[in-house]
Amino acid sequence: MQQSDFDILVVGGGGAGLRASIAAAEKSPHLKIGLVSKVYPMRSHTVAAEGGAAAVTLEKDSFQAHLEDTVMGSDWLAEQKVVDYFVRHAYQELVQMEHWGCPWSRKEDGSIQVRRFGGMKVERTWFAADKTGFHMLHTLYQTSLKFPQIQRLDEFFVLDLLVLDNAIAGVIAIEVATGELHLLRAKSVILATGGAGRLFRFNTNGGIVTGDGMAMAYRHGVALRDMEFVQYHPTGLPGSGILITEASRGEGGIMVNKDGYRYLQDYGLGPETPLGKPENKYMELGPRDKLSQAFWQEQQAGRTGKYGDSDVVYLDLRHLGEKYLQERLPFISELAKAFVNIDPAREPIPVRPAVHYTMGGIMTDAQCETSIKGLYAAGECASVGLHGANRLGSNSLTELLVFGRLAGEQAAENASNQDFAAMPALQEQSSKLQQQLAALNERTSGESWVEIKKELLITMEEGCGIYRTEAGMQKTLQTIRELRKRYQTVHIQDKSKIYNTEFFMCLEVGFGLDIAEATCLGALERRESRGAHQRLDEGCTSRNDQDFLSHSLVYFQGQEAARLEWQEVDTSILPPAERAYGDAAKSGDATKGAK
Amino acid sequence: MELEVTIQRYLPEQSSEPFKQSYTVPYDTSTSVLDALTYIKEELDPTLSYRWSCRMAICGSCGIMLNGKPMLGCNVFLRDYVKTGMLLEPMAHFPVERDLIIDMESFLTHLEAVKPYLISKDSKESVQTFEPNNQTPQQLDKYQQFSSCINCGLCYSACPQFGLNPEFIGPAALTLAHRYNLDNRDAGQAERMPMINSEEGAWSCTFVGYCSEVCPKSVDPAAAVNQSKVTSATDLLMSLLGGRS
Ligand SMILES: Cc1cc2nc3c(=O)[nH]c(=O)nc-3n(C[C@H](O)[C@H](O)[C@H](O)COP(=O)(O)OP(=O)(O)OC[C@H]3O[C@@H](n4cnc5c(N)ncnc54)[C@H](O)[C@@H]3O)c2cc1C
Ligand code: SF4
Ligand code: FES
Repeated sequence: MQQSDFDILVVGGGGAGLRASIAAAEKSPHLKIGLVSKVYPMRSHTVAAEGGAAAVTLEKDSFQAHLEDTVMGSDWLAEQKVVDYFVRHAYQELVQMEHWGCPWSRKEDGSIQVRRFGGMKVERTWFAADKTGFHMLHTLYQTSLKFPQIQRLDEFFVLDLLVLDNAIAGVIAIEVATGELHLLRAKSVILATGGAGRLFRFNTNGGIVTGDGMAMAYRHGVALRDMEFVQYHPTGLPGSGILITEASRGEGGIMVNKDGYRYLQDYGLGPETPLGKPENKYMELGPRDKLSQAFWQEQQAGRTGKYGDSDVVYLDLRHLGEKYLQERLPFISELAKAFVNIDPAREPIPVRPAVHYTMGGIMTDAQCETSIKGLYAAGECASVGLHGANRLGSNSLTELLVFGRLAGEQAAENASNQDFAAMPALQEQSSKLQQQLAALNERTSGESWVEIKKELLITMEEGCGIYRTEAGMQKTLQTIRELRKRYQTVHIQDKSKIYNTEFFMCLEVGFGLDIAEATCLGALERRESRGAHQRLDEGCTSRNDQDFLSHSLVYFQGQEAARLEWQEVDTSILPPAERAYGDAAKSGDATKGAK
Repeated sequence: MELEVTIQRYLPEQSSEPFKQSYTVPYDTSTSVLDALTYIKEELDPTLSYRWSCRMAICGSCGIMLNGKPMLGCNVFLRDYVKTGMLLEPMAHFPVERDLIIDMESFLTHLEAVKPYLISKDSKESVQTFEPNNQTPQQLDKYQQFSSCINCGLCYSACPQFGLNPEFIGPAALTLAHRYNLDNRDAGQAERMPMINSEEGAWSCTFVGYCSEVCPKSVDPAAAVNQSKVTSATDLLMSLLGGRS
């Protein structure tokens, strides 16, 4: 086993991990930083983000307004002081990206252009055509090359954390190209491993989005928080799940059912806004959970169309015209042509909801630190408390920057005041893991991980979909627990060391099973409907602040059933109120406290 | 519907020789080559190895040779190869690690060599002003296309020069350098020119243009390389005339 030392290890080369690495390098240039990623950084799924990144920009906008939108979007389950910090630091981070060369789209006069986004009162979403995540990721990756102290370990798969006396001591990783095990010792570790959308069959996520970091922290006793909140995006392509960005609705796209009717007006998002005049928080620009739920209702009522064997509704962009589409939405035009063979300038695009974002994650404090000293988490894998029960589109790309930077700075400070843990204890932990891996490798028969994965995806879709019921979740939880047992004797055929991708896919399924249990347990115990978590059973169909204005915390218990606790939510800035959109918002008191 | 897909395998721990293996794969109108590989891995042969992630032609992981032409596996569909059949091989001009996985290191080294980041105008470490620079849509237009490279490396598999001389920094790296040189916020051209002017730089290109043809993102690296030659010629001339400080 190879051994090396780093002051800071960052696990994950997506937006959060790269931003954290740069922040640490800028804050303490003498520190040695290791950036570990199971794929080359520019392959990270941040690359797929299309729409944009939010920050208060226009004269008519305010921090208060961004905070209100975020808190209301979260259905009052966001940590409000965290949101406050976020909205105040968002703008400077996007400007920093600009100074690093990010090609943000511009107005004629050369200033930054902002676009509308679902759930946001005011236009505040910066974008780089419809490839915002791609440009941000490449800008960050290229900028990171300026810092020789950031040493990359590309295609290193992290298997486990090394923890001693509840303080982080490093990680264990395998070099994918050689199969060799590495003990990487560190004073601070930042997890930036992304979400867990691949727990579901139909999703907008890349193949690497398997929740590894969440599972690793969870297995070491860190709580997973608010895992029951899984965001469906209303417009995925049927079949593949590939995302058609919300920006297409911000630009004026409309959603119709098979009869050509703009059905969203029937679900509390109306009245209908005129064609070509989208209005914030109305109709197509309502929040994602409401739109996905409306799809489900239409589907039940038999008003959806068909594409292959998928039920679909339609996103109609024809009225925007070919030229405008080329200029503002070139990527989605390309995707629609390639993957469903439809030219959006001529035909409406068939779409359906797909799992998109993991609101919950590794619980951290407001400074991104977990309950393990020196272990930080940032980005989609973390639950710093920004998104609560539902994330607003374009808040998360900014989150990568604001909290990636914060985590990087905190990790640098911690590493400067810390010594390395003593090697022998770490070597002991590592050899234990090595033996477990050897056992997996030497097993000559047993069930394939493929079977287990397939059953996991199906049961998650059945029990933890857009609408949930007690019985459905009970069954899914039961199934997950059985699958975890079966996984104990899982079998892989590939016994080689060089690029053994079967081995890594099998480990990813193991991570997935653990966080699936946390997700389902949180969902089952939350006997109310809030944000992305919607239940159909009696007494649970509306929000219940009396009993459930709290975060769920799920703790790993080894092979035993996981344990759940509740944690109070910070509502110190904006007291809970009704969450309403469209004209309904005018009558409710949701906007009280707005200027 | 079913199609036979033949793949060039290479399992270095078992044999030093590559070999061909065929699989029968079911498909419909939306089945991509990547879907076919996934099907093979999950249903027929878990030892098959290949890279992928986004499956939407934006992460740049899944380059392969399809019937001899560099392509992204997630972006080509079985429906279009019913007549010709399908032979998948690892990307040309790169060392093969295993099956369809090639060694990307040389590509990354070339990218890094051109200082592909904004080198700002005011002093070395720019004073942090917290307002964005100005950049008009016309100024953005100048380089935007060249900033759309997903680092897939297909153009290197297409480039005969890179095939002959792996030290040639190649189309994508030259394009990236050019992207920053064209950015009105950048002042780093002088730092990038020595690499572009060098023997392994723009002048190695013999303008075959196949790189632009295979580029899945219409980046047009050949245009960038050609424009770089013009810049390079001017730059060399200027330095001959002592016009550069
Ligand atoms: C299609 C799509 C469009 C989106 N559009 C928007 C948008 O317009 N606006 C917005 O705000 N948000 C958007 N989002 C959400 C946002 O893009 C993501 O939340 C965000 O990019 C996640 O970034 P990250 O850095 O946390 O993780 P990722 O970018 O997913 O990176 C995770 C990293 O962790 C590494 N990793 C994981 N496991 C391991 C392991 N075991 N060992 C080593 N390394 C590991 C991976 O290699 C990778 O480098 C979108 C998401 C999707 C899927
Ligand atoms: S220029 Fe085109 S072909 Fe070459 S690496 Fe970039 S995207 Fe790929
Ligand atoms: S899988 Fe990302 S480009 Fe093909």
